[in-house]
Amino acid sequence: MIKESFPDRLLKGLFYVLMGLFSLYCLLPFWSVVASSFTSEASILKNGYMFWPSDFSLEAYKMIFRDNTIYRSYGVTTFVTLVGTAMSMILTSAMAYTLSVKSVKYRNHMAFYIYFTMLFHGGLVASYLLISKYLDMKDTIWVLIIPSMLSAWNMFLLRNFFASIDDSIAESAKIDGANDAYILFRIILPISLPALATIGLFYALGYWNKWFDAVLYINDKNLYPLQYLIQRIMNNLDYVNQISADISIPNFIPPAMTVRLATTVVTIGPIIFLYPFLQKYFVKGLMVGAVKG
Amino acid sequence: MGHTTASLTEQHFPKSRNRGKLGAFFFELLKNKFLYLLALPAMIWFFVFAYLPMGGIVIAFQDFKAMKGITGSEFIGLKNFQFFFRSSDWIQIVTNTLFLNILFIVFNTLAAVVIAIMVTEMGGKWYKKITQSVMIFPHFLSWTVVAMFVMAFVATDGGFINQILSVFGIGPIQFLSSPGYWPLILVLLKIWHGAGFGSIIYMATISGINPDIYESASMDGASRFQKIRYITLPLIKPTVILLTILAVGGIFNGDFGMIYAIIGRNPLLYPTTDVIDTYLFRAMMDLGDMSMSAAIGFMQSLIGFILVLTVNYIAKKTAPESAIF
Repeated sequence: MIKESFPDRLLKGLFYVLMGLFSLYCLLPFWSVVASSFTSEASILKNGYMFWPSDFSLEAYKMIFRDNTIYRSYGVTTFVTLVGTAMSMILTSAMAYTLSVKSVKYRNHMAFYIYFTMLFHGGLVASYLLISKYLDMKDTIWVLIIPSMLSAWNMFLLRNFFASIDDSIAESAKIDGANDAYILFRIILPISLPALATIGLFYALGYWNKWFDAVLYINDKNLYPLQYLIQRIMNNLDYVNQISADISIPNFIPPAMTVRLATTVVTIGPIIFLYPFLQKYFVKGLMVGAVKG
Repeated sequence: MGHTTASLTEQHFPKSRNRGKLGAFFFELLKNKFLYLLALPAMIWFFVFAYLPMGGIVIAFQDFKAMKGITGSEFIGLKNFQFFFRSSDWIQIVTNTLFLNILFIVFNTLAAVVIAIMVTEMGGKWYKKITQSVMIFPHFLSWTVVAMFVMAFVATDGGFINQILSVFGIGPIQFLSSPGYWPLILVLLKIWHGAGFGSIIYMATISGINPDIYESASMDGASRFQKIRYITLPLIKPTVILLTILAVGGIFNGDFGMIYAIIGRNPLLYPTTDVIDTYLFRAMMDLGDMSMSAAIGFMQSLIGFILVLTVNYIAKKTAPESAIF
């Protein structure tokens, strides 16, 4: 091992500092919203947003948890995420497996059929009319799941993973009398768990963070997903007025600012808690995908 | 679909061509019936949610009325396209879309490459791990959440930026009515949101470089900077080029999720932030002008399609292994 020269160590030190600064940049907005959400409304109005709660208060959280809007939205988002991810994974892995088996004669035709949808699409208007007018899915919870259930990209990612599994495993099972179903469920899927976890994570995050479909198709307040709730309370005060309607203190100012911030924090809560556990999967999964090209 | 089947059967059964073709087709379906059955739900899904809307493109050439539906609306040729190009809006939204996307591609790629290099050069396991986790995290937040963060920074009363400025005695900047600042703000947000995540692929590329190359360079007395400049950068260049041309393929697609969540319906900021996708969305939802929106969407799809083919052609010429098809 060669000892590092002074300029080399200096450069390395600079990298440490820059990375630290960039991490701070990534963390700061997030931190400031959390800190401000624990501050009293009066203090925010007087001093502005802050990095440390100067006048600690749980008022905003108390208010949003007293009203049932947040619970309903949590329910909608949780349902959409769990059921949606399960459905996405079943359909995606079923299709990907068929496309990966070399004895399937039309697999390249089928792959092109799906690939073409990545290149060309009918556009927002046609999808909107199809879903709202012809399929009549407006204001149902399924509109948040079914139209975005499959991603061609994820499907091909998984197909490539399945195809990279040694053929001889499936062949020798076949010689021993195993049928296609046995091979898929007992051999292929168990050894593909890392890839399935990565893709499942991407689907789940897609469902959790979904809001645009709600802008288009959801008018029913009971079906607002969390992210759409956030979007709405940022743009109007209905929600704040609604949850503070029964408070009859003189000169009471509805805590508009802090309620918004607290709702945001409550929304990202699960991602923060799950993130450390999930991170290792997608970094690994993406690395595999990237190296394979 | 039956092309390969036809040529195969023709060789073997030249006389009974039709029956042979169909027969071979059904024989194949039957032989692998379980596998075709597995694929069927997804095939149907793609037909309904990807191919049926392609048929909906006819709306772009109709005077679409919701009451009459697609089959009953009057055909008016290219009038929708003429209508769009007659207003002066289109120059602004196309310029904004291209300008913002070019900024995003350039700065996000730069940031991701720099981060990847710095992270791989760093020793110290836990510092590396923590910084990396923190950098990737923003990618998992939706833009609606990010929009809340943005407010905390740019608000005129109490926003962080104006708090800091007031310390120096500089009057508050009205960010929400000054379109000039927003390309910069959006680029900073894009880096915040995507650069850490985007660096993963470059890190994977760098970790694929043979360590012997660095080792022998060190033997020859190369400095850290020289190793980065003459080994790492040239070796990740193909990846950078590939990802850049892929991004160029989507350059006419504005980032709707980001821009609509953050800018929303603030017309004061439209001069620099209104992109094709947000314009189309408003034409559809607010004006209810399905036909013109469809016309805009169709042009966007078509240009995107041509761009992807072109870009892929270039990739094939310059780096055959990186072409997509």
